[in-house]
Amino acid sequence: MSSKPNVAKSAIKHLFVALAMFGFGFALVPLYDVFCEITGLNGKVTGTVEKVDYTVDTSRTVTVQLLASKNAEMPWRFMALQEQIDLHPGEWKQIGFWASNTTASDMVSQAVPSITPARAAEYVQKTECFCFQQQPLAAGESKQMNMVFTISPELPEDIQTVSMVYTLFDATEFADPEKVAKLN
Amino acid sequence: MTTTTAAHDDHGHHGPAKGIMRWVLTTNHKDIGTMYLWFSFIMLLTGGVMALIIRAELFQPGMQLIEPEFFNQMTTMHGLIMVFGAIMPAFVGLANWMVPMMVGAPDMALPRMNNLSFWILPFAFGMLLLTLFSEAGAPNFGWTFYAPLSTTYAPSSVTYFIFGVHLMGISSIMGAINIVATILNMRAPGMTYMKMPLFVWTWFITAYLLIAVMPVLAGVVTMMLMDIHFGTSFFNAAGGGDPVLFQHLFWFFGHPEVYIMILPAFGIVSHIIPTFSRKPLFGYSSMVYATASIAFLSFIVWAHHMFTVGLPLVTELFFMYATMVIAIPTGVKVFNWVSTMFQGSLTFETPMLFAIAFVILFTIGGFSGLMLAIAPADFQYHDTYFVVAHFHYVLVPGALFAIIAGVYFWLPKWCGNYYDEFLGKLHFWLSFIGVNITFFPMHFIGLAGMPRRIPDYALQFADFNAVASVGAFIFGFSQLLFLYIVIKTIRSGKQATPEVWEGADGLEWTLPSPAPYHSFSEPPQVK
Repeated sequence: MSSKPNVAKSAIKHLFVALAMFGFGFALVPLYDVFCEITGLNGKVTGTVEKVDYTVDTSRTVTVQLLASKNAEMPWRFMALQEQIDLHPGEWKQIGFWASNTTASDMVSQAVPSITPARAAEYVQKTECFCFQQQPLAAGESKQMNMVFTISPELPEDIQTVSMVYTLFDATEFADPEKVAKLN
Repeated sequence: MTTTTAAHDDHGHHGPAKGIMRWVLTTNHKDIGTMYLWFSFIMLLTGGVMALIIRAELFQPGMQLIEPEFFNQMTTMHGLIMVFGAIMPAFVGLANWMVPMMVGAPDMALPRMNNLSFWILPFAFGMLLLTLFSEAGAPNFGWTFYAPLSTTYAPSSVTYFIFGVHLMGISSIMGAINIVATILNMRAPGMTYMKMPLFVWTWFITAYLLIAVMPVLAGVVTMMLMDIHFGTSFFNAAGGGDPVLFQHLFWFFGHPEVYIMILPAFGIVSHIIPTFSRKPLFGYSSMVYATASIAFLSFIVWAHHMFTVGLPLVTELFFMYATMVIAIPTGVKVFNWVSTMFQGSLTFETPMLFAIAFVILFTIGGFSGLMLAIAPADFQYHDTYFVVAHFHYVLVPGALFAIIAGVYFWLPKWCGNYYDEFLGKLHFWLSFIGVNITFFPMHFIGLAGMPRRIPDYALQFADFNAVASVGAFIFGFSQLLFLYIVIKTIRSGKQATPEVWEGADGLEWTLPSPAPYHSFSEPPQVK
């Protein structure tokens, strides 16, 4: 029952399975994003969308809470200009955050959004957001950073409050060095 | 086949080579199995010393013996060494010894690769242990090495840790491929899949788990390496990565890993209980199917380790129910073991004592696992000593007791002598009492809210911590008795019969004791 060619065959076959699983580990990185995008889990929002003119649902009002948060290693000042706003589903609003590079060096930031409840994430639509790009600020510079969004009228009735958190990270080391140099 | 027989005839008449080179160059499954077992025992003592350092520090509230930084290194290294250095190599060692003898094969299918997969391990763990003496200190981010704690905030020794994990992963994958190739190709004529002994079955399934998930672990540590040294951002949110991704990837490996450490234990216990009950195993085929379903389910429950990271409700519910489903095949197994003992002609030799303790204490660990599976309750239990109690109950009186039971069970076959039954039983009772004194109080301090991985704690946890520390020292030192018993058995003892145990059943017991250096050069016929 034992024969060398068969042993070699099963060894090579399983070695390929192992290699494929190594690849699968890396494939999980984009797959995980795709999965979050399809299901709207993890509070992730799809990127920029075309502006749609919804029939505004004036029968209800959704409270949107805006929170600015910083990564522990981010020295900037960062705050929401309004702590909360009310909007009718389908109504487009612009809101602003304010960031200030209080350090003596030019830096680049990246904001990472998160939406609670996660169920609401798929209904939040943005045509413009400072989180879509890295935001550079020269030493000592301050800037208002905007976001234009709506919440689609299909939002489930039981959701009355949506929290949007933006966490600001120091992305200087990941930024294009030319972009940073242009700041001066 | 003719060529292999001829090759065997050339050197079949003499035994192993002499001197140290026998062990360096050996391709014999019994030699390699022995080396795996000794290696894992050395690692058990190394990780055990670290556990005792942890327990000594936690004997009283306040900082007594070590710095908090060193405490973190101890918890991290204890976990890594016990999981990858003690439990996993011990099972591979048992597989090396027993799988060829159980399926009637002359050796493992790939003997040279077998040698390589063992000899990688001392280097992997040498590298890991040497970080303790580096200026940066050993890894200190916990054995689960969550990013970005293990990337952005890690000591510089993390790179040695990454390469160590790569090496042990390569070793495990090669070992698993070897076992699969042996089982697929080298079974004796007549041994169909449903006639395979359960230890072979459980290892067959475990090997597939290893082949499937060890590469994912290798991928995760490779991503860490790239984040640290090559400027990528797999786990760094600033560069577009996601720290939660790390946890998903890690536990995609980590949960099947849990079953890698327990399925072979199920196999061992499924040999010991029928032998000392003098009855065939109750429900052989349901055992096989239960093992296979546990292995399958282990791939879809990983996020129950992550209930508190902010998963959406549907995800929490899915992982909660999927996790609870695992209790069904596990319950089938426990039921079968108990039914095997029911109305059996029981005797309580040391392997049987360890096996029965396994069934009872593993079930306790399983039940605390069910409590942790309840997502809303897990918000209370998460990262407390309750979790520590849970996984030590499934790993110490679970996996480790099964390994010790297997060693006592097969030792007379390996070295031809019976062990000292009185000392064996003494070892059992010291271990059994020690393990429960150590880990049972951890349930209470965990439910009361003591977090894990901390060097100091609030006063109200003091008494139970002191009790646990006393138990840890009883348990730890009683393993030196185990070492003494094994050495004594190798050197002397009552001559073992070929079948060793009265109720023993299987091909391995048809060989003389000690098993000859080359066995089953001619395949036996299985009816």
